[in-house]
Amino acid sequence: MKRIRIVVWIAVAAFALAAGAAYLLRPNIGMLPGQLPLAAGIGGPFELTTHEGKRLSSSELAGTPFALFFGFTNCPDVCPTTMLELSNAIKALGPEADRMRFFFVSVDPERDTPEQLKLYLSNFDPHITGLVGTQEEIAVVAKAYRAIYEKVPTKDGFTYNHTALVYLMGRDGRLAGTINYQESVDTQVKKLRRVIGG
Amino acid sequence: MGSNVRVARAAVIGLGLGLLACMPAIAPVVAQEYRAGPIRIEAPWIRATPAGAQVAGGYMKIENTGKEADRLVGGTTAIAGKFEVHEMQMVGTVMKMRELDKGLEVPAGQSVELKPGSYHLMLLDLKARPKAGDKIKGTLVFEKAGKVDVEYSVRGAGAGGQTGDKH
Repeated sequence: MKRIRIVVWIAVAAFALAAGAAYLLRPNIGMLPGQLPLAAGIGGPFELTTHEGKRLSSSELAGTPFALFFGFTNCPDVCPTTMLELSNAIKALGPEADRMRFFFVSVDPERDTPEQLKLYLSNFDPHITGLVGTQEEIAVVAKAYRAIYEKVPTKDGFTYNHTALVYLMGRDGRLAGTINYQESVDTQVKKLRRVIGG
Repeated sequence: MGSNVRVARAAVIGLGLGLLACMPAIAPVVAQEYRAGPIRIEAPWIRATPAGAQVAGGYMKIENTGKEADRLVGGTTAIAGKFEVHEMQMVGTVMKMRELDKGLEVPAGQSVELKPGSYHLMLLDLKARPKAGDKIKGTLVFEKAGKVDVEYSVRGAGAGGQTGDKH
């Protein structure tokens, strides 16, 4: 019986070590799990309106790395958290941040006017540009990025389900990585540096 | 028998160590407590909202010390016109949100936590913007335990996120 106990303890210790090691050594660049072959198919042309009311075409982004997140300003949790953490990562990047672009694409054109986006983004790092468009324009960009968004009715209104990844697009216009919900700022900075350098 | 208990204990400790290694640090919180019959509400809080936000999230821990399940079915806050109970879930990389139209069940003898990334109060039609450090009066309504007055503290916009403690 005693031997069994020792074996169990060893197994337990090994599991604890493995879990700790797996956490510490987790990969720096998060590709879509199991979807690496799709990476080449993510991204594509879009045209939207910025929070300053100017039109922006993805063709202006050729050769510039950028980060892109889908959300909406009436989102209580994942969107402000992601924008706040991304803002902290941008601050940590310092002047390097000027070498890439950052976009918050609203999937809620009914409520998110350019003015509303401007007010919302005033809370976060000024490198982040808000983008919104017509329902059709949003559908085009979401499809290009294989992002999911769906309107969900509630008792008093509606909310959205949406993909909560930050897409990192390289200079070549291809997916270079992603930032997942609540990854540490250190990891985010490393990933952003890699996209800027790549 | 004795060794089974030890094995189980070892397994629990090991699992705990493993999980601990995977989890971000959780800031200690001085708990504010409220009671309604067998229902105990711990540390209700609202997340400070960014300018322009029309909604705020509310969080707390609810413990049911009774022998019957109860449900959080509604409530009010001084800052919002509307009050809903929602569930947020990450399904792969997709954030899914739904209103719990029958309320949130708190099973007998168990506790349920409303926290970022999970269940939350959805406060809509904000009349005032909650700022960190504010205290906001409100009520919670349970199906069986009835209505209870609570006071929410407002935590920084990053609270619950990994960067929350730096602000």
